[in-house]
Amino acid sequence: MSWRWRLLLTLLLVAPVFMRAADAGAQKLPEDNACVQCHQGLGDPRLASPAERFAQDIHLAKGILCQDCHGGDPTSFDPEKAMSRSKGFIGKPTHQAIPRLCGKCHSDADYMKQFNPTLRVDQLQEYYTSVHGKLLKKGDQKVATCISCHDVHRIRGIKDQQAWTYPVKVVDTCGRCHGDAKYMAGYNIPTDVVVKYKQSVHYEALAKKGDLSAPTCNVCHGNHGAAPPGVGSVANVCGTCHSVPEELFAKSPHRKGFAALGLAPCVTCHSNHDVMQTSDEMVGTSDKAVCVNCHQENSAGFKQAGVMRASLDGLRESIQRAKAILDQAENAGMEISQARFELRGATDILLKARVAIHLVDPAAVRSLTEEGNKIADATHARGVKALEDLAFRHRGLWVSVGIILLVIAGLVLKIRDMERRRGQEAAVGRRG
Amino acid sequence: MENVVNPRRGFVNLLLGGGVGALMVSVLYPVVRYLIPPKSGEPSTANVTLPWKPAEIRVNSGRIFRFGSQPGILVRTPAGDLRAFSAVCTHLNCTVQYRDERQDIWCACHNGVYDLNGKNVSGPPPRPLEPYKVFVKGEEIVVSKGA
Amino acid sequence: MTPPRLVQAVTAWLDERIDLEEIREFIRHKVVPVHSHTVWYYFGGMTLFLFTIQVCTGILLLLYYRPSAEEAYESVQFIVTEVQFGWLIRSIHSWSANLMIATLMIHLFSVYFTQAYRKPRELTWLSGMILFGLALFFGFSGYLLPWNTLAYFATKVGTDVAGQVPVVGHLLTRILRGGEDVTGATLSRFYGIHVAILPLLTTGILGLHLFLVQKQGMSVPVELERSGQPSKTMPFFPDFLLRDLVGWLTALAVLAALAAYFPWELGFKADPFAPAPAGIRPEWYFMFMFQTLKYIPAKIGPIDGEMVGVMAFGLGGLLLLLVPFLDRKSARGEKSPLFIWVGVGIVTYIVVLSVLGYVAPGGR
Repeated sequence: MSWRWRLLLTLLLVAPVFMRAADAGAQKLPEDNACVQCHQGLGDPRLASPAERFAQDIHLAKGILCQDCHGGDPTSFDPEKAMSRSKGFIGKPTHQAIPRLCGKCHSDADYMKQFNPTLRVDQLQEYYTSVHGKLLKKGDQKVATCISCHDVHRIRGIKDQQAWTYPVKVVDTCGRCHGDAKYMAGYNIPTDVVVKYKQSVHYEALAKKGDLSAPTCNVCHGNHGAAPPGVGSVANVCGTCHSVPEELFAKSPHRKGFAALGLAPCVTCHSNHDVMQTSDEMVGTSDKAVCVNCHQENSAGFKQAGVMRASLDGLRESIQRAKAILDQAENAGMEISQARFELRGATDILLKARVAIHLVDPAAVRSLTEEGNKIADATHARGVKALEDLAFRHRGLWVSVGIILLVIAGLVLKIRDMERRRGQEAAVGRRG
Repeated sequence: MENVVNPRRGFVNLLLGGGVGALMVSVLYPVVRYLIPPKSGEPSTANVTLPWKPAEIRVNSGRIFRFGSQPGILVRTPAGDLRAFSAVCTHLNCTVQYRDERQDIWCACHNGVYDLNGKNVSGPPPRPLEPYKVFVKGEEIVVSKGA
Repeated sequence: MTPPRLVQAVTAWLDERIDLEEIREFIRHKVVPVHSHTVWYYFGGMTLFLFTIQVCTGILLLLYYRPSAEEAYESVQFIVTEVQFGWLIRSIHSWSANLMIATLMIHLFSVYFTQAYRKPRELTWLSGMILFGLALFFGFSGYLLPWNTLAYFATKVGTDVAGQVPVVGHLLTRILRGGEDVTGATLSRFYGIHVAILPLLTTGILGLHLFLVQKQGMSVPVELERSGQPSKTMPFFPDFLLRDLVGWLTALAVLAALAAYFPWELGFKADPFAPAPAGIRPEWYFMFMFQTLKYIPAKIGPIDGEMVGVMAFGLGGLLLLLVPFLDRKSARGEKSPLFIWVGVGIVTYIVVLSVLGYVAPGGR
């Protein structure tokens, strides 16, 4: 077979791969559906785009087509017959009507079972408990409905990474309204939430480190029943993941204190949207500490904050010291893996002590850090011993150098001695 | 003349002989010590032999062992098989422990929970524990990082 | 039996079977010329001594070293931290390599400046230059073996430069690397080169080099030869040898001190996927070439700048190799100031570029 035929054959075999790859997720639009076929060919993009986008919609994949939501007669290519009221055509639904339209199927448990038995069917019910749902009932035209968050006519499955509701994309979906100050004018809620969230450690975990379990808008606010958690329930929301601080806080004097002042737990010290990486700086009596936001100078709380900070600093520094000496020993080639292993006990305790801050009990924090200090100091001692072994090598070296110098001295003397002898023999020879 | 030179020569020869002898020892001693293999026998970064016999590990129990400078956890599941994982919690690096009342692996720092496949099931840990391979050779348990 | 008597007895036993008289005569009569440049005669032997140290410490190291990407770094760490005196053997091996190349270069240039390469010693010069190339290759291949970040990237850059040789460059790089990139295959290959191929070649060529030196005796500087005066000499055994030993023992003391006070670092295990760390540098003996390549513009006319640099160094090496045949004056037994000045230029260039390599700011 000549090379041309071989090339052609190869291309023919390989081509389908590229054709499939090009529209992954897209399906073939039904050819016998008049709605799709007519609208596709229309010049006006507003009328054509629903049909074009529909190729990637999950409803098409399940066999649910235009007429199942909009009504009408999909078999007729005559617009008057296709879009007649008598055939149930409803056209473009009003803003108010959208939730009930979607809910017609999505709240019907019997109906949804045939597609995916695990899908929830209470979204509509939840929606009307949300701020969005309540405002919609009052006639608000700007508030979110189903299609504000689910990309209508191109709704993708929840596992599809391009879906508007995929965890990484949720902040941009909500942010389409909630991050737009002009759009939200008149609602009197903050519009810097998107910018703040994107600075947070939660967003970093989600978007940059790929941890899909990290919270985004819907995790704290709910998706369909979206509402801000009130002061009374914030601790429960944060505590869903951060259970230890929540438990400790509930046992601490702060619980009653915050409630009395109407302060939201967790959020008061850690903020809600721009939750940043914590540090020991947050505890104590300096300007950067959160404690001084409430506790006045020389109050009991102020002093306790200082004590707790001192405990944390002390442990952190003793760990640094131990680590530094171990690094020094390791760089010089000494074996210190056992010591490093034991030092982990101290770093574990430091982490536990930082969490224990939420109990705001200086004695509890101190007993932890004292235990940690003992471990760090013991490890430090091992590092010192490793360096002593190193010093022993240096001493050994000087002994060997001494021996070598001894031999060199011997050689030099021997050389001189030989030359003197030869000189004497020559002299004797000359004389004799 | 010879008599004057001789003691000096004798001294030089003694110095040289003694020095060379000491030099030989100071060169051969390290070499011989070097040739004698150390107790650990092999680099223990790819695998490590545990200090316990298989029979010592009871069903539904776990122990921490040292793998280089990092902790590992050896578990005998309620079903009876031996498994090993890195004991470094994937959240903030605390050392995890076995909980026999819940038959899971738990991190005390922030209440992270892993199942007996090392998978992170609740709490802050973002990733599963790194699994190790366990080989039982007679009375020895060898844990390997595999590759 | 006392040691001297024992030696006598053994010698007598051997004498009955293999006539050692020739060797004894040779040793008795071997002399070393004494003149103002005699001190340079010590450097050849010093290089040989350091090479012997390399062979001994190298053999000890290979008892514990593992030449695979997964285990190499860990095995070196094991040697340095767990094996008794492993730290000493390893550091001596690394320091001695550098010291050996330094003494080798002193030996090379002292031979060059005294024009000892002239007739009848052309072969000695050729074999010596080949040994120099082998030593550099020893250094380059050995450097990779600890498989740390610095070594990995230095090898990458070095083998990239080899790729600049015209026509065969790419093939050469592939052969060196055992593939397209620096991988575990490169490590295996460099290990084989370092412990088997190079030692074999070196043994052969070194044998030739030493034989020639014994057969032809030591060369004296041109003026001395031309003056016709009978030169002062000292017997090789025991005078010169004892002095040699003083030098060797001093080197040994220096090596031990370096190993104890400036132990060779372990570094971090090589990670092929990590970006190259800032400030990768080759070993000092390659620095002048590395720095030169940095100064050459990216393109010279239609040709790649780096290729021009590599070819220029290749040409320079070739000219240096052929110096005995190019220097007609020395072949006639005359002093050739031209070649002396060229030599001064080369040494200056090497020193200046090497210094720049360490102090000049930034990279390309």
